[in-house]
Amino acid sequence: MLTGWGRTAPTMAEVVSTPDVETIARAVRAAGDRGVIARGLGRSYGDPAQNAGGTVIDMTALNRIHSIDVDEAIVDVDAGVSLDTLMRRLLPHGLWVPVLPGTRQVTVGGAIGSDIHGKNHHSQGSFGSHVLSLELLTADGEVRTLTPEGDSAELFWATVGGMGLTGIVLRARVRLKRVETAYFVVDNIRTRNLDELLEHFTDGSDDNYTYSVAWFDSLARGENMGRALLTRGNSATLEDLPKKLRKNPLGFDAPQLMTAPPVFPNGLVNKYTITAFNEVWYRKAPTKYGSVQNITQFFHPLDLVGEWNRVYGSAGFLQYQFMVPFGQEQAFRRSIDKISASGHASFLNVLKTFGEGNAAPLSFPSKGWTLTVDIPISPGLERLCRELDETVLEAGGRLYFAKESRTTPEMIERMYPRIDEWRKTRAAVDPQGIFRSDLARRLNL
Amino acid sequence: MIDAVGNPQSLLLLGGTSDIALATAEQYARRRPLRIVLAARPSERLEAAAERLRGTGSTVTTVPFDARNPDTHADTLDKAFADGDIDISLVAFGTLGDQEELWTDVEAAREMAEINYVAPVTVGVLLAERMRKQGHGHIVALSSVAGERVRRSNFAYGSSKAGMDGFYTGLTEALRPSGVKVTVVRPGHVKSKMTEGMKEAPLAQTPEQVARIIVDSVRKGRELVWAPAQFRYVMSVLRHLPRAVFRRLPF
Repeated sequence: MLTGWGRTAPTMAEVVSTPDVETIARAVRAAGDRGVIARGLGRSYGDPAQNAGGTVIDMTALNRIHSIDVDEAIVDVDAGVSLDTLMRRLLPHGLWVPVLPGTRQVTVGGAIGSDIHGKNHHSQGSFGSHVLSLELLTADGEVRTLTPEGDSAELFWATVGGMGLTGIVLRARVRLKRVETAYFVVDNIRTRNLDELLEHFTDGSDDNYTYSVAWFDSLARGENMGRALLTRGNSATLEDLPKKLRKNPLGFDAPQLMTAPPVFPNGLVNKYTITAFNEVWYRKAPTKYGSVQNITQFFHPLDLVGEWNRVYGSAGFLQYQFMVPFGQEQAFRRSIDKISASGHASFLNVLKTFGEGNAAPLSFPSKGWTLTVDIPISPGLERLCRELDETVLEAGGRLYFAKESRTTPEMIERMYPRIDEWRKTRAAVDPQGIFRSDLARRLNL
Repeated sequence: MIDAVGNPQSLLLLGGTSDIALATAEQYARRRPLRIVLAARPSERLEAAAERLRGTGSTVTTVPFDARNPDTHADTLDKAFADGDIDISLVAFGTLGDQEELWTDVEAAREMAEINYVAPVTVGVLLAERMRKQGHGHIVALSSVAGERVRRSNFAYGSSKAGMDGFYTGLTEALRPSGVKVTVVRPGHVKSKMTEGMKEAPLAQTPEQVARIIVDSVRKGRELVWAPAQFRYVMSVLRHLPRAVFRRLPF
């Protein structure tokens, strides 16, 4: 039985786990009418990496780093390598994974399939924009090398953000960033409400930071609605570091403090516990400029706790992430208002701006605002989500496939106006629709 | 596919004119239009039910289904699954009959047993096979408290429900490793076309009330439920009464 990170909607599939590309190709050629899909570390919240009644290829077994070209800052890596492993191997060379999402526990293949973004989207774009070439195992069992420009560009961009439905990414060459240290110089600003927060995002100050993101209190109402902690930072140079850190500036220590045990009851994460949590979280972080933080502090506080999704209990949870273009601040505000008025508690509430999107028809990020909330599954949640869907659609925005777990095919059709173009590319390379997932079935992709 | 918050995309009603089944379909469709397949003997009633469900914006098709003819059941289910996966299937057909005739008339008894026991078993086998193949799915079997402890006044009917109840509670376990779920529902007296003209029993329910319990149980993944819920405790007591006492109860 497989589920996504939200632990909802389990289905059964035959899982094939092998580092042998020929075995994977054979499984693809032998796929029956229920098809086949690749799965990485299972961090998508919904159902893109499960395939009821069919085959799922566990890609984490295909995990070699083939070469690191330090001079050119390029890595050649198997799709099953996690960004965590990759980051650890690159850091000693002063190289940096160009896009890191909220967890490092995702694979390179998944990063391409979902065209993931990080806190630096406004300055660096999404993961697909840093891929120089990739190897794609297609429905005919052949391996094709694709590049972002030239003859293979159409299939390349259909694969970026294509949720694994054009084929299986086996290997990729990725352009890296250079860093002097493994630390960040961070400015924290505490804002009293949403207006103040949006003001910081739009007054031009964001241009001074590579990374920028805000956590907001999803339950604060009235004049406190949208009170937030804005965290912005840049990669630290050697000079930025205090003396004791300079001895080992590229050192990286990512402790995992604990693994959440599987004993949490449903309903523990509720309006009252979250109100208390939010209050503490908000109070403990005063406005402060220029602090030096390590990778875990700055990027991935959630990675400190393994299997943290268990905290939501057996009913699971969903993550709702949407974007709306700039100019739709009213809709954006309305959405936040709806969420805080609904009483559905969420503690992972993230707000940031996106820069320009890329050429991929199904890529999620594009110029505008994005907002993410984590909500435990409970009665009435569907109604809230449906209202949000409508607001997002009206504002010309969309939902993120890597988080999506409950909307309708009609919504997606209208949110992604280039979906037919993508379908055409996919139909040409996979006419029988061998690559299939529960997500694809559910949303009729 | 059933999504993260429990919305199904397709529903098969075996017993497509059953009041409880239609009320269940309506409750799903009101939350979100879906694809509904009604399997029943062709009739005006069936067409009317289909038309009414179409009013919710759902896509509704009908498939001929004759419970009394097990040889045709595979064909019926092939047609029902022809347009794609079935997320939830209700086994909601059955007959009540004249209880005195049912234990004195061979033909009447056999027909009742075929509809209420043989057909649910054949349909259950065929449903299980198809849902295992699709890797997901939820079967809801409508049993009855009458099968939990059979009593003099409707023991023939009760025995058939006891049989089908046993089959589906067992199927729940057999299908567990495959990810296909089964919910057995044991309603008490339901005010429906099946019980028209009968004296109302205590804890009587409307089809809508039973439907709400079905929708809720499927969402929560509950495997054995009573409608109303209090019947669980009532039956628990009744099951343990000595026969000499049970026999004298006024129903």
